[in-house]
Amino acid sequence: MEELIEKLKKEVIEQLNLEDLSPDDINPDSPLFGEGLGLDSIDALELIVLLEKNYGIKIEDPKDGKKIFFSIRSMAEYITENKK
Amino acid sequence: MFFINGIGLISPQKTSETKEFLKEVIEYHADYLTCIEPVYRTYIDPIAARRMSRLIKMGIASARMSVAEAGLEMPDAIITGTGLGSVEDTEKILAEITKEEHFLNPTPFIQSTYNTISSQIAINLKCLNYNTTYVHRTFSFESGLIDGMLQIEEGTASDVLIGAIDQMTLNHLKITRRIGLWKMQPVNNLQLMDEDSPGALAGEGSAFFVIGAKPVPSTYCRLTDAGVWINLNGSLKINKAVEEFLGNNGLTPGDIDIVMLGNNGDSNYDFLYANLADQLFPGTAQAWYKHLCGEYHTATGFGLWAAANILKHQSYPEILHLNEIQPSRKKNILIYNQYRNVNHSMTLVQSC
Amino acid sequence: MPQRIFITGYGIISCIGRNIGEIYSAMHEGRSGLGRLNRIDSALRNEFPVGEVPFTNEQLFSLAGIEHREGYSRNALLGLIAAKEAFKHGGLDRHPGMKTGLISATTVGGMDQCEYFYEDFLNNDSKNAYIDSYDCADSTEKIAKELGITDFVTTISTACSSAANAIMLGARMIRAGKLHRALTGGCESLTRFHLNGFNALKILDKEPCKPFDQHRAGINLGEGAAYLVLESEESILKTGNVPLGELAGWGNSCEAYHQTASSPDGIGAYLAMKKAIEMSGLMPENIDYINAHGTGTDNNDLSEGRAIEKLFGDKIPKVSSTKPFTGHTTSAAGSTEAILSILCLQHQVIWPNLNFREQISELSFSPVEKMITNIPVNAVMSNSFGFGGNDTSLIFKKVILNINNKLTN
Repeated sequence: MEELIEKLKKEVIEQLNLEDLSPDDINPDSPLFGEGLGLDSIDALELIVLLEKNYGIKIEDPKDGKKIFFSIRSMAEYITENKK
Repeated sequence: MFFINGIGLISPQKTSETKEFLKEVIEYHADYLTCIEPVYRTYIDPIAARRMSRLIKMGIASARMSVAEAGLEMPDAIITGTGLGSVEDTEKILAEITKEEHFLNPTPFIQSTYNTISSQIAINLKCLNYNTTYVHRTFSFESGLIDGMLQIEEGTASDVLIGAIDQMTLNHLKITRRIGLWKMQPVNNLQLMDEDSPGALAGEGSAFFVIGAKPVPSTYCRLTDAGVWINLNGSLKINKAVEEFLGNNGLTPGDIDIVMLGNNGDSNYDFLYANLADQLFPGTAQAWYKHLCGEYHTATGFGLWAAANILKHQSYPEILHLNEIQPSRKKNILIYNQYRNVNHSMTLVQSC
Repeated sequence: MPQRIFITGYGIISCIGRNIGEIYSAMHEGRSGLGRLNRIDSALRNEFPVGEVPFTNEQLFSLAGIEHREGYSRNALLGLIAAKEAFKHGGLDRHPGMKTGLISATTVGGMDQCEYFYEDFLNNDSKNAYIDSYDCADSTEKIAKELGITDFVTTISTACSSAANAIMLGARMIRAGKLHRALTGGCESLTRFHLNGFNALKILDKEPCKPFDQHRAGINLGEGAAYLVLESEESILKTGNVPLGELAGWGNSCEAYHQTASSPDGIGAYLAMKKAIEMSGLMPENIDYINAHGTGTDNNDLSEGRAIEKLFGDKIPKVSSTKPFTGHTTSAAGSTEAILSILCLQHQVIWPNLNFREQISELSFSPVEKMITNIPVNAVMSNSFGFGGNDTSLIFKKVILNINNKLTN
């Protein structure tokens, strides 16, 4: 899990073009959206593409993203549970 | 009356770094000229910038520069002219869907829509007013000027922000070289006139102008009129359009102190400028600017910046001279541009 | 007094018909044009219904009355067919001394061909004839050339409000005395480019769209083109054209909220509608029908609905979205729906909002479910909102003619 978390941090930084952040700046438990990293609905769509591309996991309804993308940890947990 | 009250220009010259008017000129030996970009942090919040491609950042930064210079709090309208929008993002999508249709990222699609520049400037300035985008090749910027002046005439606006923005990419250059738009190998921009070969030197830029109903301390000059003409066949028709345009503004070719021409080194079309200059402006100072910024659909934005600076500083830098004639005064400047002898446009500026 | 602006000609092609007559019949019969995508080889063709014009490009050439030529995009063909119908209807070939302009709108331009030829563009010379069709101006220039319009030509792109802004500019130029007549509207062909783009935004419905429904699930994209001939009162005296309706007001506003999403309270929509009403000299209660933008997305319909509530209070006019008929034709939507609005004025009908079942819980109103006939329709508002919050609203008024088909005062 910890390994996946570190990998995800890098992937999120790259996919969302968060140039100013290093993986160490991201707390795996703090919220990605709203007051956390300040991500928005388009970032959520970018993360859907990331999950599909890199992990083969398809999220049909963007509304489900809210829970899955709450934090890096929740993403990692979702991936572990759903990875084929 | 309309006044150019502020300008922001990002170009292949050092125009965003200094307000000095072409004191230093950058020489290139290149396939196309690329912009010298400012540090965007001053203009755009890095979190907001993370999704913006280069063109969008250039647009917002130059818009902010022009608004700041004019001392304007909020424009009453934001109008952008762009021939191609963010080509870079369009290419990303094309490359992606050519391979596979399933993993397209939303960001390039959003950035590729032409109106995103104007609307992201509105977001940056928190401006809820009139907002539109013109996308007609070399008419894009002039259509914006026409719309902006109309807004002021209608009384719905007193200050409008109008932009001319386009970018070049390597792939786009490669593709459009196939239809003869560009030189086939790298050239020296300052020796462009000696080339005598088909095709122009490509370039890019982002110029935003605050046009106001009243002058302010930063005012450059008056924007008197702008117009576009399509399918004027032959030099006689071009001459007639120029004379009519000037006549509508109470002028004749003899009243023009400097005619700023769109020569771009393309031997297939530069003769049109020569014909116009010889026939209507033989005794007039003739200027050019595309060796400094390259050719692109909204390059007249650079031309308007140059004309406005000539009038403001009452200085006519040698690098712009196309003939030997020195203007006896610097009051009336006509900018004339054509694209493939199909799209003709003119802008008239006058000192205050 | 500023010049009044009249519509004296129109032309249209969409998935429900190839001219005004066919479109009117389809609307009258409640016939939707949504279906499977047949003419584009897209991986998404079985996933999402679309409003596709049911003709091949070859057939479109013949509908446009021109021979097959290299370098023509489907977009340009659709544009040409609708523009020609409007041009003829408005008699733009007559009175050559009058200043006539073409203001067209598109967003995806000639991408319908370019997306197939992109690899060739990069690697060989075989498809060079199509390189020019890459941009938005190409379809406009082809239409201008074919119809011989030279006085003023330009192209607008503000995503889904493009054609409404084209109509607005035409009216403003006529008012300013820069043109006597303007052919205004927009065209858009379906492409893999924007199908995939909208899909990446997760706003396409897998079923026929259900605007203003509690369970709405997104857009169905469509294609088509629609153009209107605008003329001033002064011009009508010369041309003798019969006005079909009056363009009484327009308003454009930008939300300045988000790159794609509408603000929760619909501030841009509200301001655009408010400006249009104020300009028309009408009161909100004089609007008989709103042809809403109503895309069927969660976000748009709620935001537009709230803006309508804010402007009209407890006197909300009849509202419907006609996108379940035509699909969302993006840059052609503004002019397509302008024509559908004018048809309401001419025939005294109000179009239904197909596929509606359940009211949006956050809103106080439901759209019109069945076509209403024999109802006084004197003023219609047509909304067009685009990505980036580019919102435009137009108001059309019924024209009262005297016995000689002339305007009364």
